[in-house]
Amino acid sequence: MSMISTVFRRELRSYFATPVAYVFIVIFLVLSSAFTFYLGNFYERGQADLLPFFSFLPWLYLFLVPAVSMRLWSEERKSGTIELLLTLPITMWQAVMGKFLAAWAFIGIALTLTFPLWITVNVLGDPDNGVILASYVGALLMAGAFLAIGSCISAATRNQVVAFILTVVACFVLVMAGFPLVLDGFRSWAPQGLVDAIAGLSFLTHFASISKGVIDLRDLLYFVLMIGFWLYASAIVIDLKKAD
Amino acid sequence: MIETQALGKRYGDLVAVDGISFKVEPGQVLGFLGPNGAGKSTTMKMIAGFLSPTSGSARVCGFDVETQSLEARRVVGYLPEGAPSYGEMSVRQFLGFIADARSVPANARARRLDDAIGRLNLEGVLEQPIETLSKGFKRRVGLAQAILHDPKVLILDEPTDGLDPNQKHEVRSLINAMARDKTIIVSTHVLEEVHAVCNRAIVIARGRVLADATPAELESRSRYHQAVSVTAADPKAAREALARVADVAAIEVDAQDGRITAFPKPGRSIFAAINEVFRERNIVVREMALEGGRLDEVFRTITQGKSATEANP
Repeated sequence: MSMISTVFRRELRSYFATPVAYVFIVIFLVLSSAFTFYLGNFYERGQADLLPFFSFLPWLYLFLVPAVSMRLWSEERKSGTIELLLTLPITMWQAVMGKFLAAWAFIGIALTLTFPLWITVNVLGDPDNGVILASYVGALLMAGAFLAIGSCISAATRNQVVAFILTVVACFVLVMAGFPLVLDGFRSWAPQGLVDAIAGLSFLTHFASISKGVIDLRDLLYFVLMIGFWLYASAIVIDLKKAD
Repeated sequence: MIETQALGKRYGDLVAVDGISFKVEPGQVLGFLGPNGAGKSTTMKMIAGFLSPTSGSARVCGFDVETQSLEARRVVGYLPEGAPSYGEMSVRQFLGFIADARSVPANARARRLDDAIGRLNLEGVLEQPIETLSKGFKRRVGLAQAILHDPKVLILDEPTDGLDPNQKHEVRSLINAMARDKTIIVSTHVLEEVHAVCNRAIVIARGRVLADATPAELESRSRYHQAVSVTAADPKAAREALARVADVAAIEVDAQDGRITAFPKPGRSIFAAINEVFRERNIVVREMALEGGRLDEVFRTITQGKSATEANP
């Protein structure tokens, strides 16, 4: 546990040692507000909730989270520090978790900094703060799932641009898994059971049900399993690819 | 202590390391020599616990690098090739991270940090981001990181690569100072380094051990071992005189500076006899030297497939 926190602290500190963290946070806040107020018709709707904010969040994540995850392992491989990290008395799992949790905490910080929106709806009206809290939990879980996928893809290449693009595509497919765009590709040949299973993998479906304010165990489990699976895959990929 | 048994690594069809066995005891500084791509780094990576062997085994202080990986990594200090470090961190932050990751106990932490920083003269750059440092300093940060937890075993992959002569000298002194109670492996392709720091050398090429000896023994394999070179006022007379010495096997003349080298028959010493003949014939000698042997020549003959003694005429 203490090794995870050692890796975690080093990693999180390194985000803020470079302009990356500040650029990311500013862009995230500007874009999320722009989506909320202009595209989401925050005022015109006349409802005191954060639905406009949360409904655009997956699309914002689609480009911003891969920008965080792309450097997770490919940078370590490119600079050779992976050799340093993995010859310290740290297990692979501790290294993967430490780095993932740091990235997750970083997104968490960015997400927390959207609190002025929450203050705004509370000033303007009387929103259901339980629903808003549940939505934030869902948003954080979804970010974790995006990051875990990105971690695995970043482990497979030493090129950050490649890692970014592949992560965007993989996340896009998962976000859209419940929609005809993805499902039509399977419907023609796959059995109905498989199509349903793929539809069940959709980020949007699970996120939408959490952001209605109902934290269902199945949705929680979905994100936790998703994160666990991709982190496990990350560890395997790192082990396989570290030699080259 | 480091012990490898038929250690091997293959990538698909490519055999990088082909069954290397050796044992290094505390107090020994083992030099890994070999051309680029010979398998030196791969072998070190396996001992350091970064790569897992595809055959054979390696033990560090009795811990198997595969089955007791964490224990083995704890007793090893490792400088990877190129001395990678986290560029955005300051030297102090970086060494602090290593101290945490190495679980240096709190009561020894300040002492260990001061010791590593002092030995590598990093006091002046502690607050600078590592990426802004010169190559020499980066290398020293890498070395400081490797010795921070006072490891029993040190594995240094090209520790002096890219350093200027003064810095090389400092790093060699550092290795010599730590050699007494540690087991150290140093890879290099700078042959003078073998003399300066190692008391044993292993020559590797194409993934195999081709020679395992002390630097002096390696030198004695050179055809220049015990050869005598002479610069004389009258080269022709000197050459004739050398031809008279019974144990001289061959004579070569350097076309550029006229320096004459006489090679002895195997196992014979010719210096005294040559001296004698020159005195008898009143040959004026400007310079006369007994050669110890040339490592670069031995290295070439060994790694290019022939053994040095076979190559002798």
